[in-house]
Amino acid sequence: MPETKKELLLNPFFQRNPIALLVLGICSALAVTGNMATALVMSVCLSLVVAFSSLIISLIRHQIPNTVRIGIQITVIATLVILVDQILKAFFYDLAKQLSVYVGLIITNCIVMGRAEGFAMSHTPGKSFIDGLGNGMGYGFILMSVSFFRELLGSGTVFGHEVLPLVTDGGWYQSNGLMLLPAGAFFLIALVIWALRTVYPGQQERD
Amino acid sequence: MLHYFEILFTSLFMENMVLSFFLGMCTFLAISKQINAAAGLGCAVLLIQVITVPINNLIYHHLLKPDALSWAGFPGLDLTFLGLLIYIGVIAAVVQILEMVLDRFLPALYNTLGIFLPLLTVNCAILGGTLFMVEREYTFGESVFYGIGSGGGFLLAVVALAGIREKLEYADPPAGLQGLGLTFITAGLMALAFMGLAGISF
Repeated sequence: MPETKKELLLNPFFQRNPIALLVLGICSALAVTGNMATALVMSVCLSLVVAFSSLIISLIRHQIPNTVRIGIQITVIATLVILVDQILKAFFYDLAKQLSVYVGLIITNCIVMGRAEGFAMSHTPGKSFIDGLGNGMGYGFILMSVSFFRELLGSGTVFGHEVLPLVTDGGWYQSNGLMLLPAGAFFLIALVIWALRTVYPGQQERD
Repeated sequence: MLHYFEILFTSLFMENMVLSFFLGMCTFLAISKQINAAAGLGCAVLLIQVITVPINNLIYHHLLKPDALSWAGFPGLDLTFLGLLIYIGVIAAVVQILEMVLDRFLPALYNTLGIFLPLLTVNCAILGGTLFMVEREYTFGESVFYGIGSGGGFLLAVVALAGIREKLEYADPPAGLQGLGLTFITAGLMALAFMGLAGISF
């Protein structure tokens, strides 16, 4: 069933979210969610890389020999990631430091490869671009919701602004240190998946 | 010597690739349903990590970092921006060569690891190991121990998770939590357990 452009853009949010349903690209999804600013930057970077790599690969899809397509896809993706990495380092140095190796790791993010191989190789450039953008934003949606709870419960702030005044600063909120540990991210993403799969029972796994 | 041991121990437990940096999650979750497959994958990661981290270390120190090319008559040249492209190329090449060598000389091992090797080119734990090595400016000796530690940490975590998941077959969780959700919670508990070792100092 061919999807309209609107569906291509919106379906990856809930109905076939790349993280929750397809288990792609979890690697970085958890690591950068300690605070919302890094999660937002990471989502924007990934969306741009997926969208443009899909666009470029779709544009040259008739010229790519089938036997070396993975190598060509990786080269296109790696070039885009280097661009994003250099731009971040030039204009947002502090954020680039916080994201450390994870921007570079967009190269091996399975969402990017997955969309290039699974969609862009067989669709027109315009559709591929929108599909890439949608998947990037579906990824961003999970990242932002996980990081919202991690930052709010872990340090009482949202985007660095104080929302729940901490006990240590004379407020009333006792911060939950577990949320800032890696383990907190695992638990939260499990809850997000649980919620999505309860709303959309079709996504549940059977034995 | 103690310094090397510290790098090894830290990367094995406290800074475990999977459980504290979330690298290699995709394969970690996909191939942890049975212990045998998990052990095969873990060994492949360990092997590739031990080879690629030191090689990329040599490339970084002798070709890419600022002033590294002064022996060839190019002082002041900084090629670090090419790093990502070169590291991923090296990893892909090593995986390919390793596959051919194993196929020719150790067919038994090849049959066990075979299906996992090509997958590992795009495993973030492998590229992540190299990137952390560069970021922390490890020397060659340190990078060898870091390769062993980070690969071994992955092996340890994936085998342990597979063991737990085999037992979880008998559990009866809510339908929405079945499979992926439950695996995440298990991994979270394992991450907590590994964090418990953080108090050890050298």
